[in-house]
Amino acid sequence: MSLKFALVGNPNSGKTTLFNEITGSTQYVGNWPGVTIEKKEGRVKRLQEDVRIVDLPGIYSLSPYSMEEIVARDFILDEKPDVIINIVDATNIERNLYLTTQVVELGIPVVVALNMMDAVEARGDRIDVRKLSVELKLPVIPMSASKGQGVTEIVDAALEAADGTPGKSEDVVSAVYDEAIAGYIFRVADEIAGNSAGYGRQNSCWTAIKLLEADTGVLKKVNLAEDDLQKLTEYRNILEKEYDNDMETIIADNRYRYVTGITGITVRKKAPGHHLTVSDKIDRVVTNRLLAIPLFFGVMLLIFRITFGTVGSLITGKVGNLIKGTFTGWVAGLLKEAGTSDWLNALILNGIIGGVGSVVVFIPQLMILFFFLSLLEDTGYMARGAFVMDRFLRKLGLSGKSFIPMLMGFGCSVPAVMSTRTLENEKDRRLTIILTPFMSCSARLPVYLMFAGAFFSRNQDLVVFSIYILGIVVAVLSGILLKNTVFKGQTAPFVMELPPYRLPTLKSLMIHMWERLKDFLKRAGTVIFAAAAIIWMLQSFNFSFHMVEDPGQSILGAVGGLIAPIFKPAGFGDWKSAVALITGFVAKESVVSTMGILHGVAGSGDNAALGVALRSVFTPLSAYAFMAFTLLYLPCMAAFATIRKELGSWKWTFFTVGYQTGTAWIAAFIIYQAGRLAGLG
Amino acid sequence: MSKSLRELKPGEKAVVVKVCGEGAVKRRLVDMGITKGVEVFVRKVAPLGDPIEINLRGYELTFRKSEAANILVECEAE
Repeated sequence: MSLKFALVGNPNSGKTTLFNEITGSTQYVGNWPGVTIEKKEGRVKRLQEDVRIVDLPGIYSLSPYSMEEIVARDFILDEKPDVIINIVDATNIERNLYLTTQVVELGIPVVVALNMMDAVEARGDRIDVRKLSVELKLPVIPMSASKGQGVTEIVDAALEAADGTPGKSEDVVSAVYDEAIAGYIFRVADEIAGNSAGYGRQNSCWTAIKLLEADTGVLKKVNLAEDDLQKLTEYRNILEKEYDNDMETIIADNRYRYVTGITGITVRKKAPGHHLTVSDKIDRVVTNRLLAIPLFFGVMLLIFRITFGTVGSLITGKVGNLIKGTFTGWVAGLLKEAGTSDWLNALILNGIIGGVGSVVVFIPQLMILFFFLSLLEDTGYMARGAFVMDRFLRKLGLSGKSFIPMLMGFGCSVPAVMSTRTLENEKDRRLTIILTPFMSCSARLPVYLMFAGAFFSRNQDLVVFSIYILGIVVAVLSGILLKNTVFKGQTAPFVMELPPYRLPTLKSLMIHMWERLKDFLKRAGTVIFAAAAIIWMLQSFNFSFHMVEDPGQSILGAVGGLIAPIFKPAGFGDWKSAVALITGFVAKESVVSTMGILHGVAGSGDNAALGVALRSVFTPLSAYAFMAFTLLYLPCMAAFATIRKELGSWKWTFFTVGYQTGTAWIAAFIIYQAGRLAGLG
Repeated sequence: MSKSLRELKPGEKAVVVKVCGEGAVKRRLVDMGITKGVEVFVRKVAPLGDPIEINLRGYELTFRKSEAANILVECEAE
């Protein structure tokens, strides 16, 4: 007998932790069809029988206004799980139970997992769990998912509920709503909802309530006749007049009143409502008027220091040696034994291992960034970032929720783009993904350092700093431009909870980090592999498919020569620069290494020689224009693949990449031409 | 005496009278617990002046002043 459980609850209620505890490694992550929301499924790992559990998106309500809510309710109504496990954060019980009242109306057995009981006890509050269960007419299992307590009990309760019958939703309606309202709900359920093709009898009450609320999703599905619609409008008008409010608010009022009534007799708080909790005390510093912003930049700086500083580069160095030396040597040995042809050897050793290797070498640092990103999210720090920076980000046409993603972009676009998942608004997410790469990632730095060193030796720091500022300026201007054109529309409302600070368990951090890595490897893996192979082939073969030593004679060289004139007005119209920029798609550091190869000074790691070579091709002005182009144009293939995954469409991915490259060209053009006019050479 | 939540300063308490406006924003505020009769406490204002943070029903909620302007409250005598 195969059972299906659905896990429903507020964001930040510990749902993910509970899901991980129940499913362990049996879980797999996919996507809900048609939307870019993650779908997590798994098996209840300790049981022999096939019991599956689906983790529905964290939601506050079952309204038709957000993708998460629609996905959750559609799943429950269409897939009809056997039991709903409703996870309730006991430290935030009123708002959590509000969702419970809605879930119960769906006609499926519900068990309540009352989570974070340890935090409740720590605060000195008391909850009469048995009384709560009686009042709610639902099994209530106290638990602490992060401590692994209560997990077995909740699964047992769910199994029991699967065998039993759900409470009658009519009883629920009578308990929750005013008599007058309940009366109309029953009327609609009998006269209209019960007959409708869309839903069955068991949730006719929920359907009735939604119809009275004029819920667009339900109306569409149920497809009522004209006179039924008229009856609905009539009933709605009567109630709205009597209660002097719109139907949705009337229903919500009733639900909250019911909830407060129950919590009033089952929850005893030690301290008055707005008493300062530990989190609030921490926030005195974190969202402090003077300290907040410096603190955020400080934290980010620390993260980048650890990732790219001594620790990070040490690890990278070791991995690099491992790949270039040991691994390459081993594969070369295998190939020799297999007796494969020279060009295949070169493709595998130089093209694939070389190209893919440049990304693999970066993976340890990427993992460190993923780790910190998970830490920022799971502790609740990200929400504070959004709160503090919202006002500023609104000028870019975004909201505070884009702050941490964009700040991450200064390290690497890959985790930055991944973290835009927390943005519920589609437009905001797209715009953030387009703007984030303008926050100059760490891989572009070697290019700046090279050119700044060669052309602005006395003012290196200032010049590099100015490039970073340029990135931010372009992002701001782009935000304003795009918000008024392509992404025109209402700014999404900013209504956001500040969850209490929580110390995530090492286990959940690792799971989080590992999931992101798997994600990256799966998606970016194929793109990176293909791109590395293709670019290598283009630079190693000429048009008659013979291998060439000098990349200048390869296909890529020819392509470079072809597009080089495009860059002439921007100041760097030579084919070597064009080729270098193309290889920058593999990895931004390649721009420097390719320049080295093409100018014949490769391999020595001798920047001075390259500097000399560059000075014969560039002027300080054109060098700066080149740096600006490198700053703004399309990101590396790893970021490209991540962007494609997060945007969910090729159309938007190409738009993003096209916009970035176009902006890069325009910026370089303006810099070069304006500089010429100003007589800067 | 009715005023909007926007006019309140950090440290002030009030009881919600009505949520104006319509559509998704209003629904969101109501879903988060801003209903008639609930007591709210203004915790603080963000460093850049917006959004504001309030405490209600035992948790912390933030939203913009433009959204706060739609929430009518009645001040309690402290």
